[in-house]
Amino acid sequence: MPDSLAEPMLPVPYRVLKVGRETADTFTLALAAAAGDQGFSFAPGQFNMLYVFGVGEVPISISGDPDRPETLVHTVRAVGAVSRAICGLQKGDTLGVRGPYGVPWPVEAAPGYDVLVIAGGLGLAPLRPAVYHLLARRPQYGNLELIYGARTPEDMVYRQELERWRGRFDFRVHVTVDSARGDWRGNVGVVPNFIARARFDPEQTMVLICGPGVMMRFTVQELLHRGLKRENIYLSMERNMKCGLGLCGHCQLGPFFVCKDGPVFRYDLLQDWFLAREV
Amino acid sequence: MSPGSADIGEEVVLEPQGLQQLLEILQRQGYQLVGPTLRQGSLVYGPLSAATDLPRGWGDAQEAGAFRLRKLREPMFFGYGVGQQSWKQFLYPHRRRLWQARLEGNDFQVLPPDADPVKFAFIGVHACDLEAILVQDKVFLEGPFIDPHYRARREQAFILAVNCGHPCHTGFCASMGSGPRATRGFDLVLTEILQGPRHYLLAAPGTERGRQLIHQVPHQKAQPGEREAADQLLDQTTRQLGRSLDTRDLKALLYRNYENPGWDQVAARCLSCGNCTLVCPTCFCHTIEDTTDLTGTQAERWRRWDVCYTVDFSYLHGGSIRATPRSRYRQWLTHKLATWIDQFGVLGCVGCGRCITWCPVAIDITAEVRALRESELTAAAAAKE
Ligand SMILES: Cc1cc2nc3c(=O)[nH]c(=O)nc-3n(C[C@H](O)[C@H](O)[C@H](O)COP(=O)(O)OP(=O)(O)OC[C@H]3O[C@@H](n4cnc5c(N)ncnc54)[C@H](O)[C@@H]3O)c2cc1C
Ligand code: SF4
Ligand code: SF4
Ligand code: FES
Repeated sequence: MPDSLAEPMLPVPYRVLKVGRETADTFTLALAAAAGDQGFSFAPGQFNMLYVFGVGEVPISISGDPDRPETLVHTVRAVGAVSRAICGLQKGDTLGVRGPYGVPWPVEAAPGYDVLVIAGGLGLAPLRPAVYHLLARRPQYGNLELIYGARTPEDMVYRQELERWRGRFDFRVHVTVDSARGDWRGNVGVVPNFIARARFDPEQTMVLICGPGVMMRFTVQELLHRGLKRENIYLSMERNMKCGLGLCGHCQLGPFFVCKDGPVFRYDLLQDWFLAREV
Repeated sequence: MSPGSADIGEEVVLEPQGLQQLLEILQRQGYQLVGPTLRQGSLVYGPLSAATDLPRGWGDAQEAGAFRLRKLREPMFFGYGVGQQSWKQFLYPHRRRLWQARLEGNDFQVLPPDADPVKFAFIGVHACDLEAILVQDKVFLEGPFIDPHYRARREQAFILAVNCGHPCHTGFCASMGSGPRATRGFDLVLTEILQGPRHYLLAAPGTERGRQLIHQVPHQKAQPGEREAADQLLDQTTRQLGRSLDTRDLKALLYRNYENPGWDQVAARCLSCGNCTLVCPTCFCHTIEDTTDLTGTQAERWRRWDVCYTVDFSYLHGGSIRATPRSRYRQWLTHKLATWIDQFGVLGCVGCGRCITWCPVAIDITAEVRALRESELTAAAAAKE
């Protein structure tokens, strides 16, 4: 993949094909290489560095279908200078892309297992490619379940898709919110509380988790309590990232560089660092 | 190989004027010479035009939090320890433009990065700094991604090393296995010897480039007595080093003590100024700056050294991961002496002592490790009672 002589920091221009609104501050962008070439293939859980001309560059997970890599999909929440600029892009605008980077979800190793996908908030973005991958090869897996939690119903992303997935008889989907107004008829409660409802064989289950730190902490606790094996639990971690290449040092998490050793980590290898504070 | 020429590793003797001849040949070969010079009361590496630019007859006195030049009685070329900034400033400049881009309508075009034609000859590299370059090689050249700018400069650089005849007061190279003798990573190594009226340079090539260079200046095969004088000098340096660090079990020590309350004590003294990271020859962290001009049509990307002691370094939306000075000092020390081994298979410290000398509040990495060890002993003793 990387050409050892080339400047690895050069973004490739991509054109915005479509912008869709997920929530008040979160947008999903479909992109294609501006030069009209094929784009690149990626594995579920990988991310790109997205560059807005003159504004800056940030790591963003790929949220599209790995079996359809010709369209690059990203879901971005506007929280600061760069993410806001990305969310302000219109159809036809250009943005820079370099990647894909990072260690993916272990979906290739999951055939034969029950798979439990657990997402909090925008944590569903890096997990959506894994769900696409699993659903496209559905017969290879045992039970397939998704637990998705958002703060409020208004903070949920991919709502139509969640509805569609819920309609499938071979995919159990639990959606919950931390709090809601009176017209919400769905679940209320935090994600770890829903693990008890999921059906899986603790001996033969792979768990993929992405969400806020606190949510991941309690979720892992609950899973271990339910007899899940540490080595079958995978987490996606977040750190400040400036290069994505393993060179800038910003993403360090103990001995790991989240950009190249992660962002997806096996829990048994991560746990000491995961449980310590201010690592 | 022509008859009588030095083999790689074989030692020869040069007269003092041979140094200037070596430098002239390197200049003729297109190298830009850099080496130790005096600037504002400090020893810094900078451009050299001739051997007379070297701080001949000067030495240094380094202590925790203090650097002083001192006049030597002897006319030594290399009578001092390591300079303030290391050689990393040349292989990995503290600021560098990575690319420029131009906006045209809705599209932008990224222009290829500037070529990097600089061909350096480093004059007077100490053993610890040679090891530090090998450490940075692991960071920048071993992938999965490599830094093309570092590589361009590194591949071309000629390294003329010197064995240390002057023990560093803040250095502990012998503990780290990185000095005071240069054993690898150089094109040519000199040992400067002054015995009574006799002043000479014992030279040994480390590469074919070094061998060819030495071949072009008048030299003599080294006699056993001359080699012995060099060995004695290096033994003496080793004995007189001002610091030591017990590296046994070092990684495990730091991992065991991640939550040691002792971190609070060093954090109370640390100013989070980051001097230690800037002077350290192995620290590699950097940040990226994306800018535009006033018209908004020209953009540039720059890379700049960054400091893990800042709150911003670990910033995520909503706050920083390492918000307390305690966690930031712990990050730096644990990185140098423990996590670095997991990342790159080597320690991130070569024992040059710069971080000790240039820390404004005299924090000493060797003392901090000792404090961790002692706190474990104290705890073990208390547990027995
Ligand atoms: C592997 C990975 C995948 C991610 N995937 C997504 C995604 O799919 N969608 C999405 O909206 N966000 C994602 N993020 C978070 C996103 O990168 C940050 O929201 C973004 O960097 C904020 O930059 P800003 O300039 O808008 O905000 P500011 O708050 O102005 O940020 C200033 C700088 O801080 C750093 N920073 C701030 N917040 C974060 C953060 N949460 N993570 C990493 N660096 C941060 C960046 O270097 C940024 O340039 C991901 C982060 C990582 C590490
Ligand atoms: S940590 Fe200190 S002593 Fe070790 S290499 Fe860096 S500056 Fe030198
Ligand atoms: S250890 Fe010393 S030099 Fe390093 S950040 Fe703290 S005060 Fe500054
Ligand atoms: S983001 Fe730069 S090293 Fe990981």
